[in-house]
Amino acid sequence: MRIELEKRANPSTLFSILSPFLALVLTVIAGGIMFALIGKDPVSALYSFFVEPLLDVWSLHEIAIKAAPLILIGAGLSICYRSNNWNVGAEGQFIAGAIAGSIVPVVFHDWHSPLVLPLMLIFGMIGGALYAAVPAFLKAHMNTNEILTSLMLVYIAQLFLDWLVRGPWRSPDAYNFPVTRDFAPEAILPELVSSGRANLGFLLAIVAAVALWIMMRYTLKGFEITVLGQSERAGRFAGFSSKRMIWFSLLLSGALAGLAGISEVSGVIGKLQPIISPGYGFTAIIVAFLGRLSPLGVIAAGLFLALTYVGGEAVQLTLSVSDKVTRVFQGLLLFFVLSCDTLIQYKIRLVFSRLTRSSEGGAQ
Amino acid sequence: MGMLEAILLTVITAATPLVLASIGELVTERTGVLNLGVEGMMVMGAALAFSATQLTGSPYLGILAGIAGGALFSLLFGFLTLTLVANQVATGLALTILGLGVSGQIGEPYAGMSGAKLQPIEIPVLAEIPFIGPLLFRQDIIFYLSIAIVAGVNWFLFRTRAGLKVRAIGDNHASAHALGIHVIRTRYLAVMFGGACAGLAGAQLSLVYTPQWVENMSAGRGWIALALVVFASWRPWRVLLGGYLFGAVSISQLHAQAFGIGIPSQFLSALPYAATVVVLILISHNRRTTLINTPASLGKPFVPDR
Repeated sequence: MRIELEKRANPSTLFSILSPFLALVLTVIAGGIMFALIGKDPVSALYSFFVEPLLDVWSLHEIAIKAAPLILIGAGLSICYRSNNWNVGAEGQFIAGAIAGSIVPVVFHDWHSPLVLPLMLIFGMIGGALYAAVPAFLKAHMNTNEILTSLMLVYIAQLFLDWLVRGPWRSPDAYNFPVTRDFAPEAILPELVSSGRANLGFLLAIVAAVALWIMMRYTLKGFEITVLGQSERAGRFAGFSSKRMIWFSLLLSGALAGLAGISEVSGVIGKLQPIISPGYGFTAIIVAFLGRLSPLGVIAAGLFLALTYVGGEAVQLTLSVSDKVTRVFQGLLLFFVLSCDTLIQYKIRLVFSRLTRSSEGGAQ
Repeated sequence: MGMLEAILLTVITAATPLVLASIGELVTERTGVLNLGVEGMMVMGAALAFSATQLTGSPYLGILAGIAGGALFSLLFGFLTLTLVANQVATGLALTILGLGVSGQIGEPYAGMSGAKLQPIEIPVLAEIPFIGPLLFRQDIIFYLSIAIVAGVNWFLFRTRAGLKVRAIGDNHASAHALGIHVIRTRYLAVMFGGACAGLAGAQLSLVYTPQWVENMSAGRGWIALALVVFASWRPWRVLLGGYLFGAVSISQLHAQAFGIGIPSQFLSALPYAATVVVLILISHNRRTTLINTPASLGKPFVPDR
């Protein structure tokens, strides 16, 4: 048996809508098989993974908290990937933003003013953008592969943060724990509604995603991104500069990752510590693809992947399944999304014998 | 054993996984396929090799498990990118994310156990040579394999008909297809070879380098291996050179600490990653030479016309 692809005359609209949902269904089925393999009842496991978190207010807040960074980063990455620039170091830009934004509440902790929080958010965006400027510069002017450079910078950012909170920024009254001093109340992102922990970060994420969607759909810049991403040559003829696009897309996605970083530190953790992210920067890559590289799709995808984090924690408690399940789910999901996307461009045909092929296409 | 000998020994141990993973990826990329999942395949190899060794008591079965696991895992990438023509960059990332998750689950029961270290095999006579003997001829089997694979790949690519076909596919898959070369089949084999090598590299990590299982223990080595392929300009012997250079950089932190140099340990740990960036800049800033060296169809999808 062989699988053969036939290119469609036009990309299928049906499958471009259906493909993410198909991928979700396949992931859930594969997840059920996985639970069965490790000896858990698949139905109840899947129920507590995907349904139970939606049923109480506390976990809905948790989903919003985890969706905020995923949507912010994922929306930026979707623009970046559309333009064919492969920033895979959002995790590093997230950390850079968190560090830059924390300068205000850590170094100038005696300064109390309503300006603290806005300054932190701005610093966070600048920090993330500057960190993304490194691979942007190297790609645009040194012809260096941005995938590898942006990824290497993740490790460097993690180590730098580790040094910072164990060294110069360690709180004098934390009994040698590697944390900075707790942020003052005016440096904390306010809560969104009174029923729980979800903070303003979620609102920021939705606003950013909608703004990017408007940019992609109604502005020349959006058109430029699409054209350059599909064909650099065509873009050049239209007078668009691919070098400027490298800068634009990386700085934009870096700034959003940085904003996500400072929002997480300010709204959820309240101080800096050696580890501030459960891999949001990498999970956001999945979010971008599941959202079909559209900022609006990213909102839905971000909420779903946030659910996998919360669901993973839930099954860890109720079924004593390891928290690694979440990562497996996320990886599987990306695989299925990428496979299902094939259906948009191609018809898939199963060929059962060699005869079919020669009778159709003549001698090989 | 002298000081220098001890240092060189650690360099070799640190370099071997890098050499192995890069030489595998080099073959994959020579056929025009960019597999960014090296990190995932490597960490799968490490988890499988360690758990198989614990289950069977034999590190050699562990090595086999690592190789087979890496190769099978890479098939997932092959199926998506070669049969379903999915985006190679995204699929490679997916392989890494999935590999980190699945290996975490496989290795979890064995976390914290101390494993059986792979014993060195002494080569008679040669091992008696002063200085060189203990360094190169009193090593474990994975080290010998790494050298043999590099030599074998070099011979294969530049001295055999099949190697010529591999290079032809990498430089122009459409022409190769027109000449009747099996593009997809060759690419599947090359992807699996890359997976097997990455799995073996992982086995070295969990059986030789640090004989235990730690989550995410590949710690970016798969990505460094990818950079090494660029560094080596897709030439096998240069992989060896690059691997040893990076091995030296990555163990310099241990020795710098031993000598009491007052640089924070985090900065020293960051050295291999920073060095990777620097090396990439040095190698690729000249657009023309990069263009000449890179397999021309690298990363481009191919659907055979009928």
